[in-house]
Amino acid sequence: MNQIPALIRVFSYLSLLTVGGGMAAFPEMKILTVDVHQWLDFKQLIHLYSVGQMAPGPNMMMIVSIGQWAGGTLGAIAVLIAFFGPTAILAFLVAKGWRKLEKWPWRTSIQQGLAPVSIGLLLAGCFSMAKGAITGTETAAISVAVLLILLQYKINPALLVVASAVVGVLTFMPK
Amino acid sequence: MGTSPKAMSKAGAKPAMQTTAGAKTTPAEVSILQIFLEFLIIGATSFGGVVPYLRESLVTKRHWVDDKEFVEMLSISQSLPGLNATNMAVLVGEKLAGVMGSVAGVIGMCLPGAVLMFVVGIFYRIHGDHVWITAALKGVAAAAVGLILSTVVSLSKKSLSHKFDFVFIAITVIAVNRLHLGVPRTLIGVGILAILFHYPRKEQKASATP
Repeated sequence: MNQIPALIRVFSYLSLLTVGGGMAAFPEMKILTVDVHQWLDFKQLIHLYSVGQMAPGPNMMMIVSIGQWAGGTLGAIAVLIAFFGPTAILAFLVAKGWRKLEKWPWRTSIQQGLAPVSIGLLLAGCFSMAKGAITGTETAAISVAVLLILLQYKINPALLVVASAVVGVLTFMPK
Repeated sequence: MGTSPKAMSKAGAKPAMQTTAGAKTTPAEVSILQIFLEFLIIGATSFGGVVPYLRESLVTKRHWVDDKEFVEMLSISQSLPGLNATNMAVLVGEKLAGVMGSVAGVIGMCLPGAVLMFVVGIFYRIHGDHVWITAALKGVAAAAVGLILSTVVSLSKKSLSHKFDFVFIAITVIAVNRLHLGVPRTLIGVGILAILFHYPRKEQKASATP
């Protein structure tokens, strides 16, 4: 069955929800890609998202993998355009207007008001992902360790993700 | 922050390099190809988050934007839907070369990661069931949760302007995770409330225009 139209619909919709970061769209992404369209299961979604954190560039490139699974090469390209097209156009249009609004007092209000909401969305996405990713004491310990190290030291997060893969192999390999 | 005086003095030290004397940091002409290649490099090397790489490349190395402009563009990128990485590519590309600059920036930024995840996706689909890959991914997924939490903490430190903002954060989380209101309704509902809460006050206005 041709999934391309559904892929375009889903990912252009999701792109509009990524206020403050890609994670903001995660709860909706889970519902649409896993529950509704069943392009992959929840565990796979979490795995792809996490692996995507090791890739350079925008941190949501795992959408390409979903597109490829559901619709081949064409699906991957469709997803890319659907996910980055609408928000790019919006940013382009706003860029000009926003600069002119420098003196408009509500401009600061909008930025100050959206800040907590986007952080809340990020946190909500994080919790819904944690439901699948934190399965016991060991995984919880890895999360907390990564959090504390990142807060304490200036270290590249991608390195920590790679290190956690090694810890994962050492910890979770069936003996 | 430490790079800003250096970048400024550099730009000021050799005004002969710039053909237009009025422009502080805008180079006379940046070709579409240059924009594409610069963002391609950022897109291929920015492991662990794009913002420091963007600043290093655009502000320190190329002087395409100055530090103040960079921070402003970043705050616009943050408030708009879309990822910081691509929104920044749009804003910087637009400043340098209009529509085509934006297109070149976004494509350059996305291409390396997209190709990589295309290949990784295929590999994962075939080999994702191997025991050692499942074990590694369990660790990686747990790390990703910690990584997002650290982003939440650093963003909270940087961009919150009022103690009451934590209430908006809590309402947002409850609305999405407990009440299952969905991201769009939550975003619009809580967003409007929070913007109204931060309505322009007189003192704010006064401090905004020195």
